[in-house]
Amino acid sequence: MKCGLEIHQQLNTKKLFCNCDSKLSDNVIGEVTRILRPTQSEMGEIDKAALQESIKNRKFKYEITDNSCLVELDEEPPHELNKEALEIAIKVALMLNANIVDEIHVMRKIVIDGSNTSGFQRTALIGVNGYIDTSFGRVNIPTICLEEEAARKIKEEGELVVYRLDRLGIPLIEISTAPDMKNGEEVKEVAEKIGMILRATKKVRRGAGTIRQDINISTGQGRVEIKGASKLNMIPKWVAEEENRQEMLKNVAEILKRRYAKVDDKIYDLTDVFMNTNSKIIAKEIKRGGRVLGIALRGFKGVLKNKEFRLGRELAGVVKVIGIKGLFHGDELPGYGVSEEEVEKINKILKLEDKDSFVIIAAPENKGKMALERVKERAKMAMNGVPGETRAPKDDGTTQYLRPLPGADRMYPETDIPPIRITEEYIEKIRQNLPKMPEERVNELLNMGISKQDAYTIVREDMDDVFERIVKKYGYPTIVARAITNGCEEIDYDTIFKALHDGKFAKEAVDDIVLRACNGEKIEKIISEYDTSINLNEIIEKIVNEKETLIIERGTAAFKPLMGLAMKELRGKVDGKLVSEKLREKINEKIKEKSQ
Amino acid sequence: MDNIEEGDYVEVITDKGTFKGVLLPKPKFSKDEIVIIKLENGYNVGLIPKEVKLIKKKERKIKTEKAVKLEYSKDLPTISIIGTGGTIASYIDYSTGAVHPALTAEDFLFTMPEISDEANIQSEVLFNTLSENMKPEMWIKLARAVKKAAEKSDGIVIPHGTDTMSYTASALSFMFEKLSVPVVLVGSQRSSDRPSSDAYINLHASVRVAKKDIGEVVVVMHAGSSDDKCYIHRGTRVRKMHTSRRDAFQSVNSKPLGEIDLNGGIRFFKEYKKTDENTELHDKMDERVALLYYYPGMPIEIFEGILEKMHGAIIMGTGLGHVSSEFVNSIKSMVKDGKIIGMTSQCIYGSVNMNVYSTGRELKYAGVIELGDMLPEVAYVKLMWLLGNYNFEDAKNMLKKNIRGEMEDRRFLL
Repeated sequence: MKCGLEIHQQLNTKKLFCNCDSKLSDNVIGEVTRILRPTQSEMGEIDKAALQESIKNRKFKYEITDNSCLVELDEEPPHELNKEALEIAIKVALMLNANIVDEIHVMRKIVIDGSNTSGFQRTALIGVNGYIDTSFGRVNIPTICLEEEAARKIKEEGELVVYRLDRLGIPLIEISTAPDMKNGEEVKEVAEKIGMILRATKKVRRGAGTIRQDINISTGQGRVEIKGASKLNMIPKWVAEEENRQEMLKNVAEILKRRYAKVDDKIYDLTDVFMNTNSKIIAKEIKRGGRVLGIALRGFKGVLKNKEFRLGRELAGVVKVIGIKGLFHGDELPGYGVSEEEVEKINKILKLEDKDSFVIIAAPENKGKMALERVKERAKMAMNGVPGETRAPKDDGTTQYLRPLPGADRMYPETDIPPIRITEEYIEKIRQNLPKMPEERVNELLNMGISKQDAYTIVREDMDDVFERIVKKYGYPTIVARAITNGCEEIDYDTIFKALHDGKFAKEAVDDIVLRACNGEKIEKIISEYDTSINLNEIIEKIVNEKETLIIERGTAAFKPLMGLAMKELRGKVDGKLVSEKLREKINEKIKEKSQ
Repeated sequence: MDNIEEGDYVEVITDKGTFKGVLLPKPKFSKDEIVIIKLENGYNVGLIPKEVKLIKKKERKIKTEKAVKLEYSKDLPTISIIGTGGTIASYIDYSTGAVHPALTAEDFLFTMPEISDEANIQSEVLFNTLSENMKPEMWIKLARAVKKAAEKSDGIVIPHGTDTMSYTASALSFMFEKLSVPVVLVGSQRSSDRPSSDAYINLHASVRVAKKDIGEVVVVMHAGSSDDKCYIHRGTRVRKMHTSRRDAFQSVNSKPLGEIDLNGGIRFFKEYKKTDENTELHDKMDERVALLYYYPGMPIEIFEGILEKMHGAIIMGTGLGHVSSEFVNSIKSMVKDGKIIGMTSQCIYGSVNMNVYSTGRELKYAGVIELGDMLPEVAYVKLMWLLGNYNFEDAKNMLKKNIRGEMEDRRFLL
């Protein structure tokens, strides 16, 4: 098995070709509707795939947000490439041991699904021939590109697709590895390491959707791309499941070849068989005017669904994407309300023999036919093993068919942006100021007196600067580490630890304060509840006054029982030392007062 | 690097490794030491080579047969397309990055097969120029080509660069006293090599407009930012009002003649002149006319210097139609010397009115002609045309009269 990774990371600068903010926005202030057409290619022919897309006659509605301008609307030429984004891309490329090209040429990658108002995505190759070392060995990184993010798809309404312009143009670094990884753990490690290097620049966007990973997996036949495999911990599972799936498909292909399996062309109308069916799904569809259509799959019995083989799932996958909920095949019937008698009738009409199977779909006639055409096509592919395709990852570790792999990118020069010369001096200047590699940073934090686990987590979460700043100012390394690793990103740790340092509450209270702050309570309010610089005096005075007789009787020896009382009220809120100091002071005052 | 030429598959050896790809021509402004290649993955990169080795010579380019045939249909009208250059009629040669004009009717049909359902297309390429290079002699050439094409077709479409399209539209408007067919100028703001180009919709709409009975010169361009309709502008009322937007062309001080939607449905907002039996062309132009933008601090010597050798000038004055009162005496003597001086406003929107302020009254008294709500560029072209075809007195009188819809008496808030 060979695995490759493609990582897309949004940068936290202004947009790549205009001065709009890189953020998502719900502030929609207008809209325009557009059409895209395929264009002539270099050779003068119109690209077939592109044409097919345009035949759909789709219209695109673009929602204009407060962070989009005429550039996103394709109403103004792109501005110069954002210098800060370029510098970050070069930084990342250097940290990945890549060479920087001498002159950067911005390209137009044709994309006419509407996700770019222009009909192309601008992209530039920045670095080549990089690599990263892992515990499994070296993984090559042939290309590091800087490109613009696509518009955000909001919804599809028939032939109208609605996009929002907030995301369009956010700078993206695209890192593509060679297919050098051999198992899921290695893929996870590479994804994690590259992610940490990206975050070490301190200039990447954080939060859901700001980093996206695609995994390529091949076991010698078709290449499968798992798109949007963002959860690191799931990667080994996805890879393992995909490896199993590909092995299964290879075995199925062997069986089919041995049996000289064949997919019949004819689509049969089997509606009459089901006029009195007990299958609720089928009966409902017939009642709505739909038909039950079927095809014969000769030599497919047992590979559609048994203990090892699951080709039926693959067939269902290709019809799901055109809006058909599912299909029934011979290996699962009788069942789902379909009777043995009905299956017998199908066998007879389709003239099925011992090793043959079938697929039926209940749907409106045209849609059902279209779906079965896809099933036929996919069943034929099964005889050749693993087809190349794009799949979506699911939370249970499996993946789901999305579409065939896209063809090679059609790329043309972006004539509106002049080439950018990258001099050795410029590269050298950046090289001198590279951020520390994550490993180095982990070691630095270790030396400040925290555990390796915490140091690693803090660096991974990109909170190392916050940690360092607070510990240098106020101390408490282990408490700060615990707070940061348990807490959330957005809260103001500086305020919390300044207050601790000022004695406004006890160390024990930090956990509670962080938790409540993360749940949205105002830090100042929580601290003021804990705040003892006023309360402490009141509480101690109250105790001393109440227990006046005790103090008169026992003098300073009253301290011990009174301390018990005080701590009952103040434990966790105030440092015990502070309480005892205060208490002694008040007791002495009382004794003095009474002895006068 | 002998024997190696653009288009060859080469190996470039550099300090940063070895790269393989197709050698590309160097853009004009690329640095000397750089070679540019297209890598296998589609990206272009610039590299400083230590050595360039030939791997494979480029294959002779086989010209692909274009899958369009020009078929003549008796049931369809014939539309002539006269190419002049500009964004709309160009496509990029991706191997060289050069922009080429669409040369033949087949080229147009190839990129826009839909228009063969609308009309039989004839085409010729008259110029291949960026519209900033247009000049009066080219307007005259174009007008003559239009007259010729009008004899054998039912409508004329002129793809034109947008920068000076409104000047050309004005020039044609004045030169054609009568038109037997519609003359439609059309441009695009996004080049047709982009999937998002407005060229297709604009060209399609312009062919449809050219099939109507409009006996005028009009401009057809996007009505808004959306790809839903185009406006039909009168040639003497339209102006490019934005550097880059699709809806850059606007009718100023007046509504467009009408609009046309994607299905070809036309709605007219104003009366228009119907086509005539025949076409009448007056194609002379007096180029000794200046269009002059007045600005605060303009030295009087500059003003006088520019006008010295001119037969006339259109001033883009401030506000309601003013220049510094220090210019009054100078203007008075120029008018006395037989120059025609017309006043328009740099406000673009609104009419000049030289009765409101004393400077205006003095300028008027000095002989400046008040040109109402006529656009400055239109007035400039009009004066050239008048001085080319009429005697001084007639030219002077006609300048301030509406002859092609270029002036109106009423303007509205909404």
